[in-house]
Amino acid sequence: MKPQQVQRLAVGIITAAAAVVVLPIILVIILILVKGMGAISWEFLTAAPRNGMTEGGIMPAILGTIILTLGTSIVCIPLAIGAAIYLAEYAGNNRLTRWVRLAIINLAGIPSIVYGLFGLGAFVLFMNLGTSIIAGSLTLGLMTLPVITSTAEEAIRAIPQEFRVVSQSLGATRWQTIRHQVLPHAIPGILTGIILGLSRAAGETAPILFTVAAFYVPDLPRSLSDQTMALPYHLYVIATQVPGMPMSIQYGTALVLLLLVLSLTLVASLIRSRMRRRRDW
Amino acid sequence: MIDLAQIVKQRYEAGLIRFRGLSQTWKQQNWAELGIETLIRGAGISTIFIVGLIFLFLVREGLPTFLDIPLRQLFGERWYPTEGYYGLWPLIVGSLVVTAGSVIIAVPLGLMTAIYLGEIAPPWQREILKPLIEMLAGIPSIVLGFIGWMVLAPLIQDLGAPTGLTAFTGALILAYMALPTIISISEDALYAVPKEYRDGALAMGATQWQTIWRVILPASRSGLMMGVMLGIGRAIGETMAVMMVTGNAAYIPKLGLDVPFSPVRTMTATIAAEMGEVSQGSLHYNVLFGIGIVLFLITFAINSIAGRLIGQVVRRRGGQL
Repeated sequence: MKPQQVQRLAVGIITAAAAVVVLPIILVIILILVKGMGAISWEFLTAAPRNGMTEGGIMPAILGTIILTLGTSIVCIPLAIGAAIYLAEYAGNNRLTRWVRLAIINLAGIPSIVYGLFGLGAFVLFMNLGTSIIAGSLTLGLMTLPVITSTAEEAIRAIPQEFRVVSQSLGATRWQTIRHQVLPHAIPGILTGIILGLSRAAGETAPILFTVAAFYVPDLPRSLSDQTMALPYHLYVIATQVPGMPMSIQYGTALVLLLLVLSLTLVASLIRSRMRRRRDW
Repeated sequence: MIDLAQIVKQRYEAGLIRFRGLSQTWKQQNWAELGIETLIRGAGISTIFIVGLIFLFLVREGLPTFLDIPLRQLFGERWYPTEGYYGLWPLIVGSLVVTAGSVIIAVPLGLMTAIYLGEIAPPWQREILKPLIEMLAGIPSIVLGFIGWMVLAPLIQDLGAPTGLTAFTGALILAYMALPTIISISEDALYAVPKEYRDGALAMGATQWQTIWRVILPASRSGLMMGVMLGIGRAIGETMAVMMVTGNAAYIPKLGLDVPFSPVRTMTATIAAEMGEVSQGSLHYNVLFGIGIVLFLITFAINSIAGRLIGQVVRRRGGQL
């Protein structure tokens, strides 16, 4: 074959591969939208499940997911941003830094179910927190830590070196420089990382299986040591564990979860594109 | 203003100027500064402790697996916890079959999509495709599992398989979960190849495909490898989707052409499915943590290799640009 023919063939195959990747994504989203739309109503969003979960709404699960996401952010944001500042601003080129980086890569790679095991062993049993919102938030928080740390570090690194040099040449200390010259410019990037990390936490099931998720609790949690329902686990339960579940409720639950998570992703990418346009260096 | 900064920076780096204000502040032992720095360092170093703690607690609960059960039985072919058979082999094979299947599907598709995005697609397509792939990364695994369970499994059964809940179904769902990781890291790697390489190859009369195949892919090799490794790491640890669509049969499928179309059970799904039913402190409970140790070690190895590749990519880029 002539090189030109190979060229045309290769481009054709590659284009087809890209289509094979992208089309199912669009199909899945449309499918859930179409089949789930019918279930969405005011009652579905604001009432508790009734009649063996085959009627009523999913409010306790929605609220549970929101509470868990907030708990996760309280656990991981300070630690993640601290670690990001350390890696971007303080860490020298030495063995300790390499270990910290290795630790973060590995934290990001540990399977979510192993986080669930750790949460069960460390928080639920060893610290005696029981299956509770606090144990679940701690588990999800540690799982989210590496995601936020690496995006935040990149955002801090993207600030030009001149900012730091000029600030310090005017007599500012290292922390003053970070606090007043670096972080303000890095905030949009850090925020993107936080939102993306939290959207992942909101959709996770495996880490909450043994640490917080309840099969069915009609009442809202009253304290941090209560169990709660959560959307991802609720979807798992009604899809596989409850026979005779109406399709519309299943797809409706999937749609609510999908919208919740994707709207977070959307906000994150909006912040990012706005940030790129506004950047003036 | 930037020019001034440039000058200050150059002189600073050449050692011509020192920041007296700064060094004085250090000598004055500014306590607030020191406190904050300690906190930040603490946050950084704590990540190492967290990894250590996770391993420690897995070992604490899982150690009896490797002490109380003879190794021969542990690698045996029977997983019947209720009757005291704890052979991990079927679960390991299940994880391997599903992960290998997803790699076979996802790696070529992912690399080709990355090449399409990075080298072939016109800008307007990139603007549409990239957010879509980010969206795929954002879809919770339970939702993909749900679609696999509701739509894909019945479809595969209609195609003639005895059941739709098979290793292949799991591999397909897993492939789409690993794809965003593979695509975005590979695309970064392609992007990092200096423009001069492309221009040079094209100027010498190479076609676009020859340029990609002979110049760009070899130059971005370690980055592509890293994308593939992290994609595999993601696939092997996935739990919920796999649990929903692979049929959860804990026996070793007979070797043959129909292996992909028989039900299997992975290590992750076993933990998720059985942990709720065991009593704490029982041997079964310990063995589930033991499986956790195995998973931890596998992903630790994969990610440490990928971490090394990151070092290579950064160093190479630093040398060239």
